[in-house]
Amino acid sequence: MNAEVRPVIKPATASVGTLAAMLAVFSRDVRVAFRQRQDLLNPLLFFIMVVTLFPLGVSPEVAFLKQSGAGILWVAALLSVLLSLDHLFRHDFDDGTLEQLILQPQPLFLLILAKTAAHWVLTGLPLVLLAPVLGVMVHLDGNSIAILCLTLLIGTPVLSLVGAIGAALTLGLRSAGVLLSLLIIPLYIPVLIFGTGTVAAAAEGAPVAGYVALMGAFLMLAVTLAPFAAAAALRISLSNS
Amino acid sequence: MAFDSFSAFLAMEGHGPYVWACYGVFAILLGGLMIWSRRRHRSVLAECRRRYQQQDQRANKGQTKTAATFTRVEVSQE
Amino acid sequence: MWQFFHKLGSPKWFFGIATRFMPWLLAAGLLLLAAGIVWGLGFAPKDYLQGNSYRIIFIHVPTAFIAQSIYIMMASAAVVTLVWRMKLADVFVKAIAPVGLVLTFLSLFTGAVWGKPTWGTWWVWDARLTSMLILLFLYGGAIALDRAIADEKSAARAVAVLLLVGVVNIPIIQYSVEWWNTLHQPSTFKLTEKPSMPAEMWVPLLLSVLGLYLLFGWLACLRMKTEILIREQKTRWVKELVLAGRG
Repeated sequence: MNAEVRPVIKPATASVGTLAAMLAVFSRDVRVAFRQRQDLLNPLLFFIMVVTLFPLGVSPEVAFLKQSGAGILWVAALLSVLLSLDHLFRHDFDDGTLEQLILQPQPLFLLILAKTAAHWVLTGLPLVLLAPVLGVMVHLDGNSIAILCLTLLIGTPVLSLVGAIGAALTLGLRSAGVLLSLLIIPLYIPVLIFGTGTVAAAAEGAPVAGYVALMGAFLMLAVTLAPFAAAAALRISLSNS
Repeated sequence: MAFDSFSAFLAMEGHGPYVWACYGVFAILLGGLMIWSRRRHRSVLAECRRRYQQQDQRANKGQTKTAATFTRVEVSQE
Repeated sequence: MWQFFHKLGSPKWFFGIATRFMPWLLAAGLLLLAAGIVWGLGFAPKDYLQGNSYRIIFIHVPTAFIAQSIYIMMASAAVVTLVWRMKLADVFVKAIAPVGLVLTFLSLFTGAVWGKPTWGTWWVWDARLTSMLILLFLYGGAIALDRAIADEKSAARAVAVLLLVGVVNIPIIQYSVEWWNTLHQPSTFKLTEKPSMPAEMWVPLLLSVLGLYLLFGWLACLRMKTEILIREQKTRWVKELVLAGRG
């Protein structure tokens, strides 16, 4: 199955192992994304622009930026993940791939987990990689930047996973974008609080291992539960249309 | 009675505006929701009744007149 | 037991029961709420720390308490919707969501107004107020999703999934908001929690909580009946009922 673009779409009789199917979904999503590179760049540009707005709109003073830099970066990352969520299922929904995915013999929630992982690699991970540059621009010190990147690294997969539920619920609806933010933002609050809280604790010199462990717990919870909810939501949305 | 006079009751030692604003908004919103829900129920009920009566009238008319007849028409399939 | 369960799922059976109980719910609810409020406003002793502004508690606590419990009730009904596909559970969720929204708003409003004489500001980013604000968002999201999906059954099931996700999140949100609050604010703003409230204070509070609960029951019955009428208007029993004037 190396040369095929959509190896998932095989007759159900051809028995593909679950892991192989997940890998196939993952690599297909990555490859499709790299053929539409603008979609990959947009959330990153958005991330940079939102961060730029704060010094312009509030204050470019070093003291202010030092204090609120981590929060600004976290909010901007959260918003750009939110912005990219609409693409998670939309294209596959429009061209019918999603219905094929549901018909696969492999459990749907695992395939969704693979799709979400691809989404994170394509949006969350670049945000994490970009964060140090922006961190320097908002005058965060080296230690804070390291902690910030660590929290983003643990936190953005949670954003993708929880967001997948919202994306599945609003699939095919008219004002899906705004509705998606309405549904999902309240659920993002704990991750945001602990993400910025950890950086704040680190800046005060407090030990952060406990907070990082708690964020890890959020991630584990999201990995285990969110794909089930997203799978249920996806079935409902597809039976609806 | 925790207050000496009615005016003291209204003033609440300076906290009156806050307390009464809360109770006022509470009464307006809860009462409004109750009245609005009741009116909506009534209007849905009236709407249903109107529709059923129309249906019945139409059915009665249909009985007094000659009932519509349906005849099978053979249409060539080609 | 199972027969009862089946009956509970039958809109017709519910409609009859609700019609019979509603006058009692309304009367008892109004009576208890009025008793609690009159007692609380006029007869309960003044709080020695906060003065008379504490009298807002007699509506603040009932609205906050019932607003939270409505979300739990909706989530329980969501399980019924997803597992047993019971029609009445869909109707229940759809009917009470706006009530929950209004009560959440009321508890926020009374909390904010209470804050002005007590803390000196209208709004404090206090853990409890913030959690209630997030609850307001959760209600808003559920109602918006329900409105956005045209098909009734899909809407009910989608909202059910959202509610279950929300109910898993509520403890996490509350915990993190509390943690965030201790991180950002000294605890000077916390309301002084006295271990023992005198009976002249908690009895009227209990009365108004019970009264508001009964009124919520009345509202739920009424709004469910409206929803049943809309959904079941093609059935014979609704037609007979409406034409007989027993709505």
